[in-house]
This record gives sequence, C-alpha cells and structure tokens, in this order.
Amino acid sequence: MNENGSNRMTPEEEERFKKARKGRNLAIGGALLFLALLFYAITIVRMGD
Amino acid sequence: MTSTTTLFTPTAATPMSSHWRDFLALAKPGVVRLVVFTGLCGMLAAPGSINPVLGFAAILSIALAAGGAAAFNQWYEADLDARMKRTARRPIPAGRVAPKDARDFAALLCGASVLVMGLAIGWLAASILVVSIFYYVVIYTMWLKPRTPQNIVIGGGAGAFPPLIGWVAVTGDITLTPILLFAIIFFWTPPHFWALAMFVKSDYAKAGIPMMPVVRGERATRWQILAYALFMVPLAAAPWYLGTAGIVYGVASLVLTGLFALLAVPVGLRTSGAQDTMKPEKRLFAYSIIYLFALFGVLVIDRVLQNAGVIG
Repeated sequence: MNENGSNRMTPEEEERFKKARKGRNLAIGGALLFLALLFYAITIVRMGD
Repeated sequence: MTSTTTLFTPTAATPMSSHWRDFLALAKPGVVRLVVFTGLCGMLAAPGSINPVLGFAAILSIALAAGGAAAFNQWYEADLDARMKRTARRPIPAGRVAPKDARDFAALLCGASVLVMGLAIGWLAASILVVSIFYYVVIYTMWLKPRTPQNIVIGGGAGAFPPLIGWVAVTGDITLTPILLFAIIFFWTPPHFWALAMFVKSDYAKAGIPMMPVVRGERATRWQILAYALFMVPLAAAPWYLGTAGIVYGVASLVLTGLFALLAVPVGLRTSGAQDTMKPEKRLFAYSIIYLFALFGVLVIDRVLQNAGVIG
C-alpha cells in the first residue's frame, strides 16, 4: 500500500521506484560485465599454467 | 527465519524500491573490509607467489563470501535487528529491502564466491570457503547465537577463516602458520565482541540474545575478557617463537598484544556503576580493531623483509 492507503503508486512513488530500479539494473549489468572479464582473465592465466 | 518476518510485507501492487546501496549495506562493508584485509595478509604472508589475477580473484571470493554470509545473517535476524537501536535502521527492518530479496542476494553472493574460488584457485580453497559460510550462517547465526552465551567463542571461528583461505590460495596446503593465524582471530573475537556487548548490553537483553554479559553477568564477562586478552600475548607471538615469522613480527606482536592486554586490565577488574560511560570498554573495543589490522600488517612486513634478506 502507498502513503494514502491505496494499492496504486503515487507519481512520486513511481518516480522513486523507477529510479531505484534503474540503479539496480545498472549495478547488476556492471557486475555481470565485470564477472565476464574476470572469468576471461582467469581462463587466460590458467591456460598459461 | 525467526518469528516476526512480516515487519515489511511488500505486495505485488507495491513493489520494493530498494536502492543498490541498500543491498551493499546488507553485505556489511565494514566487516568485509576487515575480512578482506586478513585474507590478503594470509596470502601475502604465505611462502611462494600467486599470479595477481588469481590473487585478486581469491580476495574477491573471500569478500563475496563474507558479504553473502552477512546478508544471510541480516535476513535471518531481521526481527531481532528491529528490536535493537543499533540495528533497527538496517535495510530489512527499516523496510527498504524485502526479506526474500535479501535471502536471494545472499545466496547469489555465496554461490558466486565459491564458483570464482574453485575455478581460479582450486577446490580445496573453495571447500574451506563453503565451510566458513556454513559456520557463520548455520552454526553461529542460526544455532549458537540464540542459544548459548558461548556463541561468540565458537562463532569466532567464522571470522578466523580468511587468512587460512588466503594462505591456502598461495600454497595449496594447510600448515602450522595458517592454523596459528586462525587461532589468533578465534581467540581475539571474544574480548573484542564482549567489550562491545558490555556497552550495548541492554540492546541484547531487549532482543533476547543470550550474550555473556546478559546471561552470566558483568563480573564473569569482565574476567573472561581479561583471561582471553592475556592468553593472546603468547598466542600472537607464537609464529615468531615457533620459527615461522621473523623478529620484526615477534617484537611488534609482543608490543601490540601487550597493549591489548593492558587495556583489558581495567575492563577486567572494574565494576561499572549507574550512568557509567563505559570508557575502558569502548577504548578496548576500538583498539581491538586497530590491533588486528596492525598485527596482520606487521606479519606481511615481516615476510617482505625476510624475502628481501633484511632479517633472518
């Protein structure tokens, strides 16, 4: 429920929600990209052992 | 999860607007910093060398495991956290992260940590990481913490794994020195944590957590803080007199641990009165953190000096 007791979000709540979701998505995207690079680097190093 | 898990129950119509910073807070970055530091020191103090990429992957794994275990802890204890002033503003009790999301985030971090460690370093180090996560989440958080005032003593083992894992990442085996490093953190934890528990005693009592000062009383806790701190003096110097660390570490450990024991003396011998500011306890707690950083830092410096041939 929102601040007014309704199940629908107010425009401010929706704005806040979208902003938070965008931040989370960027963080997940960054983490995945970082992991892909890390696995690539680990593979190169391990292949050289 | 414990009894009051419905402090904040999001519905489909009101999705959570958790910020990524809330998830970061779930991982307790302050604790992770200390864990990463001791893990890194274990790695740098070990004989031999490690490829920097693999070394980085190992440290990242330790950090992810510590963060994941901390998030599991906050998920499981959300109801207790809500009852304590010190923890009521954490993301779950404050309603900023849904319990289910916190649990999934914790599982993701722990899973990723074991996978990275296994692929980059090997499955012995990854297995120790699994044991450390299980130790903290199941043995400490779920089993011991709500049941016995010895929770911190046995639970301290969870925080003692990082230097052991760091060492194993380099050498591939477990010898006397990493076991001593494990023991140092294991025996450091009770006086460190009980010093904190002395000045947040009422919070723990309110939450029903059987911390030593709440169950056994102040006198018994003070004696035990002093006993552990005194025992730390020969223990912390053990890598030196057993020949696995040099003179720089030996002297520094005696000075640093001597000060730790010295600060524990007034804590051990005094009795707090009404409206007590608990200054000696706060001082011991603050120093205990600096102490561990300094002790492990000196161990690395000692190894560097030995490798450079400056000391024997």
